[in-house]
Amino acid sequence: MRNKKSESSIKKKKEIMIQTLHNFGLQIYDQLWNCEFPWTKMPSRSINNIFYDSNLRQYILGDKAVKRSANNIRHIRPLTQMIWTALFANELSTQKKTSTLRDVFYSAQAYEMSFKDQQESDNIITDLETVIGHSREDFNVFPEERSSIFGDLTIEYTSPGYEGRRLNLTSHPDGMMIGPALTNAEFADCKADKVIAIEKGGLFTRFVEERVHDKFKAILVHTAGQAPRATRDILRRLNQELELPVYIFTDGDPWGMHIAMVIISGSANAAHLRDLNTPDAKWSGVWASDIVEYKLPSDKLTELDIKRLHELRKDPRYRGKLWKKEIKTFLNIKKKAEQEAFSRYGLTYIVDEYLPTKLEAMEE
Amino acid sequence: MVEVFEEISPADFFYRNRDIAGFTNPSRAIYSTIRELVENSLDACEIHKILPDVYIKLLKDSNSSGEPNKYRIRVEDNGSGLPSDIVPLAFGQVLFGSKYKLRQTRGTFGLGGKMAVLYGQITTHSETKIISSNGKSTIFEFHLMMDIKNNKPEILKKETYHNNSKWHGTIIEFLTEADYTRAKAKILEYLKQTAIVAPYANITFVDPKGRFFKFDRFTTTMPRPSIETTPHPHGVDVETIKRLVGITKAKNMKDFMRAHFQRVGETTAIKFLDFSKVDQKRNPKDITPEEIVLLVDGMKNYNAFMPPDASCLSPLGEESLKAGIQKEFNPEFIAVHQRKPSAYSGFPFIIEAGVAYGGNIPRTGNILLYRFANKIPLLFDEASDVSWKVIHNMVNWRHYKISADDPLAVFIHICSLKIPYKTVGKEFIADRPEVEREILNAIREVARHLSIYLSRKNFIEKERKRLDIFSKYLPKMASFSTKLAKKEKEPDIMPLIRGLKKYEEQKE
Repeated sequence: MRNKKSESSIKKKKEIMIQTLHNFGLQIYDQLWNCEFPWTKMPSRSINNIFYDSNLRQYILGDKAVKRSANNIRHIRPLTQMIWTALFANELSTQKKTSTLRDVFYSAQAYEMSFKDQQESDNIITDLETVIGHSREDFNVFPEERSSIFGDLTIEYTSPGYEGRRLNLTSHPDGMMIGPALTNAEFADCKADKVIAIEKGGLFTRFVEERVHDKFKAILVHTAGQAPRATRDILRRLNQELELPVYIFTDGDPWGMHIAMVIISGSANAAHLRDLNTPDAKWSGVWASDIVEYKLPSDKLTELDIKRLHELRKDPRYRGKLWKKEIKTFLNIKKKAEQEAFSRYGLTYIVDEYLPTKLEAMEE
Repeated sequence: MVEVFEEISPADFFYRNRDIAGFTNPSRAIYSTIRELVENSLDACEIHKILPDVYIKLLKDSNSSGEPNKYRIRVEDNGSGLPSDIVPLAFGQVLFGSKYKLRQTRGTFGLGGKMAVLYGQITTHSETKIISSNGKSTIFEFHLMMDIKNNKPEILKKETYHNNSKWHGTIIEFLTEADYTRAKAKILEYLKQTAIVAPYANITFVDPKGRFFKFDRFTTTMPRPSIETTPHPHGVDVETIKRLVGITKAKNMKDFMRAHFQRVGETTAIKFLDFSKVDQKRNPKDITPEEIVLLVDGMKNYNAFMPPDASCLSPLGEESLKAGIQKEFNPEFIAVHQRKPSAYSGFPFIIEAGVAYGGNIPRTGNILLYRFANKIPLLFDEASDVSWKVIHNMVNWRHYKISADDPLAVFIHICSLKIPYKTVGKEFIADRPEVEREILNAIREVARHLSIYLSRKNFIEKERKRLDIFSKYLPKMASFSTKLAKKEKEPDIMPLIRGLKKYEEQKE
């Protein structure tokens, strides 16, 4: 295994989080014990309190804080819901169980704490994330969508019943699902020296078939569109713990570009959280300039695409030279291309010709 | 061809024109019969400050089924009774009442009662039995029929009994044609509403199926009785003057004015006769028709008369109105208001209004309106009434935070020496500006009180809900945080909840 830069993060992270939940409970408990209406303070997540931090290279929340107090008739319900969610999160974490957002919504009903709808329970979970500063994946609440990973990486499970068991991620050609167990696993051994994240499932399968993981010593990650937070977390860990460079391949359009950007710089929605982005990851195509250079079959940009490009141009995350240049090129050629467009040169062209050239160029 | 004209008696006139008196058909007739007799009974009690006990019984007389049918009606009261020489005239002869003096009563000179008797007689050709006593030693019993053509009572039988129990009152009983099935709903509604305006009365009705409807006395406070008074000059017409000069004992016009009109003293009489250019020394007996017209014109246009005196009126009083509404609806909230007296065309009137919310008042999507005139309920043609107009077009209910969906009833009573009915049907009040304004102001006053009540109720309701929410969530907070903090003992949240209650009581 390559020299691991940081110590295994999983176990420690969990311990800190359980302690934070416990402290939150203590705070409320003490307030009640002192005949005080319980309250808590957290950073405001409103639009005007979200700022881009160019040092952290991600969105962060500003100084504005909101106070939730049980003294306020409009706050008492959400605050109680938050305390319940903290208790639920605590149970999940200590018992090493996992849950989905949907599950949380239903579990609340057993405590006569019914949420109006899942929107409400999702919001409360985000509140709890904000208060304790950990993402819900850390307390084992996962969304439904899943992506997958393939490559010469051996993981060691921490999930109940599997503790200490190992698995090499080349075991199954469809890739391994990035679910709760994989998210909570430690990295045990790694032969790869880079990570390639791929937007689309078709290309991911092609890469496995063409043995890209062998030829390029790469771990392949299928993001399945916009990468779920657990996948972004894995990408960051691969980058930070194993010091593997991360390359992202997406469609050549503003939406693909933004999939890469969220992996690199995070989203405004997650401005209350840290350690979900991989600032050093690289967007490696398909660029607008690739469409020109490789004469890729292309479609015209739609009005919506163009509108999106103009939005991205104003986005502080897109200040980098590469991004500015590619946005400009998109707007000039008014064309977009999918990853599969390389197939016009034969099924293996992308692996045999494009990828080596591109990776070489990026490594320089 | 020569047209034949014949003189007809007043009784004959009513016989021929019974439609206008409310005797159009057997259904309407029985409703009117009960109504007229009940109103006479209530008047007979109230004028002498007797708490009324009225008993009404309707019994099917023949074995034939179906409607219309012959019914026997009997109405008993504990009123002042009638002297024996008056009884035949009171029930057996149609009279025009005196116009020289005015008085607020339910019926008009007992005319309606006579119409009921007349209708019974012409539909069944049978006699009327009247038993009456004024509480002295004798009870009289008369069996009468009316000679319609000659407008004379025919006494078929007269008996006297010794009045051991000092009973006073009147009992009237006769056969009449009726359609009770169709009239029932209106009769009951009439009695219910009468009970609202006469909460000091016991009213009992036994219907043909033997069903017993009781409207019990709720209070022993009675309104002050009305007082007979002379007309105000503004409300007088040529015919009245003509009659007055016929009977007057005054020797000159100045004394004539002082004797027969209210608000006319020595000075006013002199000034007014000057204004009308009628010689004050003239003998009323010699006055010419032209001078009468001059006099009436003058009365209409002379502005210096004091406004009509309302002390002769008998309003319900706020307490009685409130008691009546309470008794029939048991509402959550009542507000009543009596306006200061006002006048139209020389007739004083007083408007009383009530508003009731909740209780047995149904939510109909409309504000319920109950109208009363001189203590009688008005049941027909609601939408033509001035009160309806005021409620639906003039009062801005939203201003009082009241909506048509609320369980709300409005009560309007007008009492006057002459009710400004729009038609002879006497079922709805004309929209005279003076009356309209008074009704509007009365409703605004009670609506304001209701509005205050409702906002207060909302406030309390909101506070209660608030407390409910706190009481629901604080214990949960305590339980969840205790588990999360890994503690054994839950914190006591009662001081917090008690604090909230205290805070609310202070606000109240």
